Amino acid sequence: MIKLIGLLTLSNYQIRRIFRIWIQTIVPPAITTALYFLIFGQLIGRRIGEMPGYEGLSYIEFMVPGLIMLSVITNAYGNVASGFYGAKFQKALEEIIISPMPSWAVLLGFISGGIVRGFIVGVVVIFVSIFFVDITVDNILLTIFSVFLTSLLFSVLGLINGIFAKNFDDISIVPTFILTPLIYLGGIFYSIEILSSEWQFISKLNPILYIVNFFRFAMLGSSEIDPMQGFVLILFFTFLFSVIAYTLLVRGVGTKE
Amino acid sequence: MKALEIKNLKKTYKNNVVALKGIDLSVNKGDFFALLGPNGAGKSTTIGIISSLVVKNEGSLKICGIDVDQDFNSAKLKLGVVNQEFNFSQFEKVFDIIVTQAGFYGVPYKVAKERAEKYLKKLGLWDKKDEIARMLSGGQKRRVMIVKALIHEPELLILDEPTAGVDIELRRILWEFLEDINKNGTTIILTTHYLEEAESLCKNIAIIDNGEIIENTSMNKLLSKLEDQFYVIETSNNIDQSFKLENFYCKLEDKNKFTVKIPNGKTLNDLFVEDEISKIKITNIKNQTNRLEELFVRLTSKND
Repeated sequence: MIKLIGLLTLSNYQIRRIFRIWIQTIVPPAITTALYFLIFGQLIGRRIGEMPGYEGLSYIEFMVPGLIMLSVITNAYGNVASGFYGAKFQKALEEIIISPMPSWAVLLGFISGGIVRGFIVGVVVIFVSIFFVDITVDNILLTIFSVFLTSLLFSVLGLINGIFAKNFDDISIVPTFILTPLIYLGGIFYSIEILSSEWQFISKLNPILYIVNFFRFAMLGSSEIDPMQGFVLILFFTFLFSVIAYTLLVRGVGTKE
Repeated sequence: MKALEIKNLKKTYKNNVVALKGIDLSVNKGDFFALLGPNGAGKSTTIGIISSLVVKNEGSLKICGIDVDQDFNSAKLKLGVVNQEFNFSQFEKVFDIIVTQAGFYGVPYKVAKERAEKYLKKLGLWDKKDEIARMLSGGQKRRVMIVKALIHEPELLILDEPTAGVDIELRRILWEFLEDINKNGTTIILTTHYLEEAESLCKNIAIIDNGEIIENTSMNKLLSKLEDQFYVIETSNNIDQSFKLENFYCKLEDKNKFTVKIPNGKTLNDLFVEDEISKIKITNIKNQTNRLEELFVRLTSKND
């Protein structure tokens, strides 16, 4: 019971934080997505036409799942990385470490904030996209499940980043120099079928491509990559990085001296 | 039953700084215990290990009889720590900080609310409960730290310099509060640089220096080690330049003030039977230096 109350308290604290700083957490993805839709969807998208493999869908319709994933991934990751490092920076993390909360509860408590933010931002992006395009969801349950899994994976990755971070630069290096390029080159704005075979091969080494296509399959019912590959990949990495994050917390890496 | 039992505790940091060289320390339940030492002596490392923020290299540690190597989480329920630095989110409301802290210790929300009200009122912070923490003064933040550490009603409370930077009025309020909770059964371990604070509050004392316990005894026994004590005596009538005491060394400071040495084995009573003393009107009498401070400096400088 003590552990459950501790977990719920930490989750509640992390979720409260999202709403306390809503101008930083919820508003920016809405504005960024609206700009993407306006520029790439409405203005440029009309000239681009359909993407190969997605005949019958306008470019803006093709783009919607990718933009949702873009927001979900970056926000879930950023929420936990900054939440954890922020607590470390303010030394508020000490109070969690010295409390009787087990490491698994600390892990779940922090990533629950990332999952909730991923969902909120996903809903916000869908809401914004309604202004630009008629949205139809092929499989609503799979879509929700996909957002959940993706948020979970990137929340865990954000936590690992937060654990190792020693200053605020450390929590922006990975999103800026690794995550963002992988996301942008992960099939959000284009189908890899338009690339040469060499670049298609390189693109297929990018795990984000599989994640985006898994979600695109759930939402649109079609995907250029086998969705099962994406599903297995997310499950595998979620398990792997959860074990790593848990081990780091148990060993006190980045939290204890 | 011991509230804290430390045996052969050792800690060397990654940069090869030896913080603890194998200390033994035990604190009885109900004690008000002072852990003193100069900066860098190993006090904070000891507290860090007790609170799990620092990982020990060797040794054993029991909190209220629970071996931390076997069940640290149960031991943590018995322990409350007030750290030197403020360690709460500065952007949260005071009440939320306290109730959240209670939740980390598994205290149900309803109980946490009641306790938060009780302790915030006791420490005069109830009217600040809806304030954002960063808007509080240093003294108010210090009190939030104490309420936070008490919210799960621990059996052992460790305070790492709780009155640092606090004005004298608030310091006295905190002293009274700590004495009160100690009387109600909470064991208290206090580290402080205000030695008069340790002298007036604590029953037992340990002095740590260079990672070793160099003194561990009762406050009375430690103070009795002082060979000589110097008192400053102020008078309302003028003292003659030829003023002398038969059995005590004394030095005239000015026409209304002199210093007298009371050697070990003699008391102030012996002083007052002196003939010359009966001829002057004493308005004030005080120790020239804090007794514990004198001992502390002597003990720690011996260890250099």
